Amino acid sequence: MALLRRILSLGRRAQIDNEIDAELHEHMAMCIDDNMAQGMSREAAERDARKRFGSPTATRERVSAEDAALGLESLWHDVRDALRVFVKSPGFSLVVVATLALGIGANTAIFQLLDAVRMRALPVANPGELAEVRIVGGNRGFGVTDTEFTDFTVPMWQQVKQHHDPFSGVFAWRTDVFQVGFHGESRRFNVLEVSGDFFNVLGIAPVEGRLIEPQDETGCQITRVVASYSFWKSEMGGEPITANTTIRAEGRSVQVLGVTPPSFFGMVVGDRFDLAYPTCTPAHPRAESFVYSVMGRLKPGWTLKQASEYFNALSPGLFAKTAPAGYGSAGLKTWKDFRLGVYPAGAGVSYLRDQYNSSLEILLAITGLVLLIACANLANLMLARASVKKREFAIRMALGASRGRLLRQILLESGLLAACGAILGAGLAQPLSRALVNSLDTSQNTIHLTIVPDWRVLLFAAAVAIATCLIFATLPALRSTGAEPLSSLKSGERGVVGNRERFSVQRAMVITQIAVSMVLLVGALLFVRSYRNLLTLNPGIRERGITVGFFIFPSTNIKPQNLADYKRQMLDDVRAIPGVENAATTTNTPLNGTTWGHYVDVGSANGPSRFTYVSPSYFATLGIPILQGRNFSDRDTNASPLVLIVNQAFIRKYVSAPSPLGVQVHVRPEPQYPERTYQIVGVVPNTKYSDLREAVQIQAFVPIAQLPVTAQNPFVAMLIASRTPAADQLTVGHMLGEKYPGIQMQFSNLHQNVVDHLVGDRMMARLSGFFGFLAALLVVVGLHGVLSYFLAQRRREIGIRMALGASRSRVVAAMLRSACFILLAGLLAGTVLALLAAREASTLLFGLKPWDPVILAAAAVLLAVVTLLASLVPSMRAANVNPLDSLRAE
Amino acid sequence: MAKNDLQGALDLLILKTLSQLGSMHGYGIVMHIRRVSDETLIVEEGSLYPALHRMEQHGWVRANWAVTDYGRKAKWYALTRTGREQLASREKNWAQVVKGVDAVLRFA
Repeated sequence: MALLRRILSLGRRAQIDNEIDAELHEHMAMCIDDNMAQGMSREAAERDARKRFGSPTATRERVSAEDAALGLESLWHDVRDALRVFVKSPGFSLVVVATLALGIGANTAIFQLLDAVRMRALPVANPGELAEVRIVGGNRGFGVTDTEFTDFTVPMWQQVKQHHDPFSGVFAWRTDVFQVGFHGESRRFNVLEVSGDFFNVLGIAPVEGRLIEPQDETGCQITRVVASYSFWKSEMGGEPITANTTIRAEGRSVQVLGVTPPSFFGMVVGDRFDLAYPTCTPAHPRAESFVYSVMGRLKPGWTLKQASEYFNALSPGLFAKTAPAGYGSAGLKTWKDFRLGVYPAGAGVSYLRDQYNSSLEILLAITGLVLLIACANLANLMLARASVKKREFAIRMALGASRGRLLRQILLESGLLAACGAILGAGLAQPLSRALVNSLDTSQNTIHLTIVPDWRVLLFAAAVAIATCLIFATLPALRSTGAEPLSSLKSGERGVVGNRERFSVQRAMVITQIAVSMVLLVGALLFVRSYRNLLTLNPGIRERGITVGFFIFPSTNIKPQNLADYKRQMLDDVRAIPGVENAATTTNTPLNGTTWGHYVDVGSANGPSRFTYVSPSYFATLGIPILQGRNFSDRDTNASPLVLIVNQAFIRKYVSAPSPLGVQVHVRPEPQYPERTYQIVGVVPNTKYSDLREAVQIQAFVPIAQLPVTAQNPFVAMLIASRTPAADQLTVGHMLGEKYPGIQMQFSNLHQNVVDHLVGDRMMARLSGFFGFLAALLVVVGLHGVLSYFLAQRRREIGIRMALGASRSRVVAAMLRSACFILLAGLLAGTVLALLAAREASTLLFGLKPWDPVILAAAAVLLAVVTLLASLVPSMRAANVNPLDSLRAE
Repeated sequence: MAKNDLQGALDLLILKTLSQLGSMHGYGIVMHIRRVSDETLIVEEGSLYPALHRMEQHGWVRANWAVTDYGRKAKWYALTRTGREQLASREKNWAQVVKGVDAVLRFA
């Protein structure tokens, strides 16, 4: 077929052109032959033939235009031309490609993180069918909640296990931590507790051995586990799994049943599980303890809505059957009003998603804006180049090139640059995302996130590249091909006054740049100051030099009534260590996100309060002064009157008596915490409780020796104040290990924990600061470029003015005036935009308003200074224009 | 509705000429149309050759180089089977166009 033949002959353009030439030439020849046969002279015959034929070049162009293969061929020709242009001006090409690569790379990196954290489906079979059952609206602080993902108590799970019509299979799971290895050198590993059907429902096949199955749900003693691929490789040497394969976990030997595939990281995006063990059915499950997340696979034909309706109908009976004992009627009513709903779970659950979603979205917007500024710079650069090429285009158009053909060539050039930038950018995005993830790692927690460019990421990079290409290339292309060839040829670049319209477009671009960078600078200053506010915030407690120890007692039988004495003995031993300034035991470590509370009645007032059970040394250890009344003493025990120290917020909310001392506080009953009446004996100032960002919390403290015997646990948290925490931690660990054999110890640093909680804020401060700085820099470059270009265009005008007697200062003033106009317009637009944008970020900010006037002013001044600096150099150069030279140059 | 445009008319003339002459070169097609139409239809080279090349791409005509009676090398065009089908449908189409235009002109 002819078309095929043509395509096959691609690359042989010369041959096809020759063929067309020959055909047309023969046509002329035959015409001449005929004319001569009719008796014309040779000259007359040729003249007549040429007249009838018209322009041979034009005809040939029209014939080749019909040729599809030649169309492809000429495209290839344009590509070669474009590459030649790049090679000829490597500096220009390098700047454009590098700018685009960085811009697209930064955008793609952040999109990739968003994708990995939020959109990517779990690596399981048909993740779209997975759904999670949750209490609609959450458990409203009822009972004890294990993690933010656990919404089910054991009895609730047992009900759903039996009644789940919408699901072909259901499973429960939760995250846990194991000490793995032999005593003394054991390490903590992330563990999943999973019900028997977990792997079956997810559709995960073992790479070694077998996975957990329903028959493994036997005793509550942990005897068998499944290892993750990475744990198997790094901790077990990747040895084949046999019936005798065991590891040492939680102080005993457990059998390893099998290994999961490498892609399966568990259910929490951002974490990686190491081991999984089967759930068990305890004899007396705690009915107010929310420990499981429950998921299932929807049967074909069931929608999420239908499934929700099913569980909604099931809820009244389910919650009536599973109600915990020990609550008053108000508490029980809350419980029985709970309703279950069904939510999609194909993307798993994630702390990162909840914690960093808005941060990442704002970062994506920031990098997008930076790319926009960079694009404006590139557009200006292209515009300047286009005006140089204007004469070339005018000539080509006069010779018959169509506008479309020239447009195509320019857009192709920019498209190639954008494509190079996008490919490099997509490559650059990989290390950038990884660096970003690593910056969110803390001393306690490492984020494990699979970052691979999937189709969404590639599509995003391509879309960004096309958008940038359109922004920076279309305008210059239309501009340079839109000119009338004749006028353009006549004036060339020699106009006395530059084209007003062209200037106004470039001016508008610089104004946009200034406005956008104002937004970025305001954002940067907001995030940096917010981070600083958090770092310098005084929480009201001593943060530095405090070691947090968490001690789990060996499972030897310490009777619950002896635990209080055991803990006091341990505290006394630690306080006796030289170097330890003070130490205190507590049931809740401050500033690490955990909370504990009870519901209180004080006279006629009632409501919730935070409750912490502490040793008498607690306030001295953390440097909290007793404002009124007395501190606890070792004489305050369960045998003596029950006493309470409250903070000022507690008094403001609940106590109306003139002196709070002696006021009775009634605590409502809860499982393990019987009804009690305390007497306030002291007042402390308000301090930060679980998080730096929180509002003032209502707090009450009880002597740890008065903890109800039923609520005693075989573990304790200890706060140890010392001047050299790192060294003293070792001493404490050594002493306890010797004196209390079998004790499990974890140490951390209170200040480090607080700083760890701020990694998100640190990331925002650093990145927004960096991008704000970059934006300002890009504006300097852009403005300098545009002003230099104005100058080049107006050289002759300035020359004439100076020849007519204009002083240098007037010339400089004229240049600066136009810069000031641009600056003012940009700042005005920027302020409006910044105010709108900052509202979006307000939830991420701490201790300042999004419309902080100081920050707005600072950003404006900063931009004004850099803008004026950038315009000073071209303005001074304008003043040095030698009238004679500039006029002669024509 | 009958498809009606100038290009269609030119294509029709070329296709018909080739069906009458069997195979012919560009110059011969111009001369044939001119002679047969009594010098009323003069096809311009600037339109003829793009049309021929377009038709060759569509596969309506095939071309090969051969020598003319007067010893000149020329590109000869001939109808393919698709070309003949194309001609038939175009002729029918044209008849309709003529009928339609006629009806409009006769409307008093």
